[in-house]
Amino acid sequence: MPSGPSVGPQSGRGALTRRRLLQAGGGVAALGVAGAALKLPFFGAAGAQQDPLQCRASDVSSSAKELIVSNWPGYMDPPRKKTSTISVFEEQTGIEVSYTDDIGDNAEFYAKVRNQLGSCEPIDRDMIILTDWMAARMISLGWIQPLDKDRVPNLRANLIKPLQGVQWDPDLSYHAPWQSGLTGIAYNAAKVDEVGSFTELLTRSDLKGRVTLLSEMRDTMAFMLRVEGADPDDFTQDQWENSIENLRGVVASGQIRSFIGNDYMNDLAAGNIVACEAWSGDVIAVAAENPDIRFVVPEEGLSLWSDNMMVPNQAVHQENAEAWIDYYYQPEVAAKLAAWVNYICPVQGAQEAMEKVDPSLVDNTLIFPDEEMLATTFDFMPLDDRQSIDYERDWASVTGG
Amino acid sequence: MAETVRRRGRTGYLLIIPGALWLLVFFAFPFYSLIATSLYDPTGSDFRGYQMTYAFGNYVDVVEAYWQPLLRSLLYGAIATFFCLVLGYVLAYAIAFKSGRYKTLMLVLVIAPFLTSFLVRTLSWKLLLADDGFIVNTLQLLQVLGDDGRLLATPFAVVAGLTYNFLPFMVLPLFASLDKMDYRLIEASRDLYGNPVVSFFKVTWPLSLPGVVSGTLLTFIPAVGDFINAELLGNTNTRMIGNVVQSLFTDANDYPAAGALSVILMTMILAMVLVYVRRAGTEELL
Repeated sequence: MPSGPSVGPQSGRGALTRRRLLQAGGGVAALGVAGAALKLPFFGAAGAQQDPLQCRASDVSSSAKELIVSNWPGYMDPPRKKTSTISVFEEQTGIEVSYTDDIGDNAEFYAKVRNQLGSCEPIDRDMIILTDWMAARMISLGWIQPLDKDRVPNLRANLIKPLQGVQWDPDLSYHAPWQSGLTGIAYNAAKVDEVGSFTELLTRSDLKGRVTLLSEMRDTMAFMLRVEGADPDDFTQDQWENSIENLRGVVASGQIRSFIGNDYMNDLAAGNIVACEAWSGDVIAVAAENPDIRFVVPEEGLSLWSDNMMVPNQAVHQENAEAWIDYYYQPEVAAKLAAWVNYICPVQGAQEAMEKVDPSLVDNTLIFPDEEMLATTFDFMPLDDRQSIDYERDWASVTGG
Repeated sequence: MAETVRRRGRTGYLLIIPGALWLLVFFAFPFYSLIATSLYDPTGSDFRGYQMTYAFGNYVDVVEAYWQPLLRSLLYGAIATFFCLVLGYVLAYAIAFKSGRYKTLMLVLVIAPFLTSFLVRTLSWKLLLADDGFIVNTLQLLQVLGDDGRLLATPFAVVAGLTYNFLPFMVLPLFASLDKMDYRLIEASRDLYGNPVVSFFKVTWPLSLPGVVSGTLLTFIPAVGDFINAELLGNTNTRMIGNVVQSLFTDANDYPAAGALSVILMTMILAMVLVYVRRAGTEELL
């Protein structure tokens, strides 16, 4: 017989001491790790690239009259109203729209759907709306379904000229701009004199510590490259490095209060900052209540961008999504939407249609920009995946250090 | 006799199973995956995928690039913990010994902020410390701050935010320690001619050490890794390591670097905690 019983219950072989517990825990953990190591589930990760033609679901649009849309906040006229653009769409087509404004940041949304789309799983959305560079990335990753050209005639007929022929999808096979906007400068006229250029924003001493820049790399670096005299559409590694070092110096000097994604207009209106890099639509919305807040076309030019409707892989209501695109590319509908969201309307003919909706907006160049403004716009050149990581890393070392 | 011992032992292990499974699924696996990610080939990308190349160089690279925010995080965390300790001790002492019948109410008040979201609480500091706000204007009037001085977007605001947000984690363990203390011991030390200062340092403080240790740990660890306060209340030169990890992961999609930085942070904190607990007098305290 074993001699176990000779010890007291406190120190008994079977009793639970801390040491034994730790040993057991360690053993279990080691076992788990060993078990995992056999199949090596996280050892290396496959590329996330997919083939959209392989990775598609059968379309149930004709039987299931539904459409699931994810969009950015503030990008839709209030859907509850009977006359809202969504309600009219639902009435005309019989398609029930489930509309969510759950996209607040391109990179965050990418992180959210990366695992699913990267392994050809559905994300339970029929339409997502993302900014140019992210749209370009997702298209090149093969995560986006090609649109049926015959089902979106209005898109082909009515897209405004400046948005046609983008490098990453020149013939509109995959995307349709939802709204566009301009990146420029906003300032508070009650506090400071006009800020006419990006260089002033970075150097004027009366702005020190009261300036914010946008936290998306392409937004801000496009202007830094312009300041450097480079072309954001086509720049060299040297020009990039000079611009990054320039920005690093500006940050170290304390000129920039922060790099910010969405809240800058609150800070501007509250007087915490006096000038900032800003998106046109945000400024119009605030300027309507506070006339001291003004949008400026910087001397360096304007950056023109779009947020684009796309159908992700494995979406089951693609036809409904295409009906939606075609609907919003009617000038009357586009004008009604533009009157509410204040961004640049991508639809030709909406300016004329605006006469009936809200005549005061017809000549608003931040909704319907004129030739002169569009002459100064620039874009950020498409980056391949490696460039993008390197540049973002440089960017993080300046904004995050 | 032998039977009962053995059975009791077995019950013990059975009781551990849920906890152990939980740890396995929600700690061991993710941590293993984190370490694996931190050793991926740094030239990988979402397009090409990531090869496991045991790239220990990732660790060197991130330390070189981000030692400043790393140290800054430890510094801010330490300062915030210190202020939490000072403020929290006074508060916990008052609740434990001086609050009388308001004890429960005061405890509820300490916990009440938890009923609103962390984000909202931090955002409200933005309103409080705004450049045109009441506090800044008053301080300017009193000439404490210059005319263009500010509080928002300064290290002060970040540390203040951290202190505020983690104060309850300090107060509760301190209160638990102080509350179960036998007050007659303090009375005895007074009877033995200890003045208030002496009896505090000879009696109260040593007896409250378990609370101090767990309170400082519960405050320091989350404070170092926090990124919300630096994001909302800081400026470009007050970014903490949490901000860097976040931007490397979501914006740059540089998973190996983000992984390496996270492992470094965890290891550093773990090492510091172990040394601290050893020195502070070990297991009985916890």
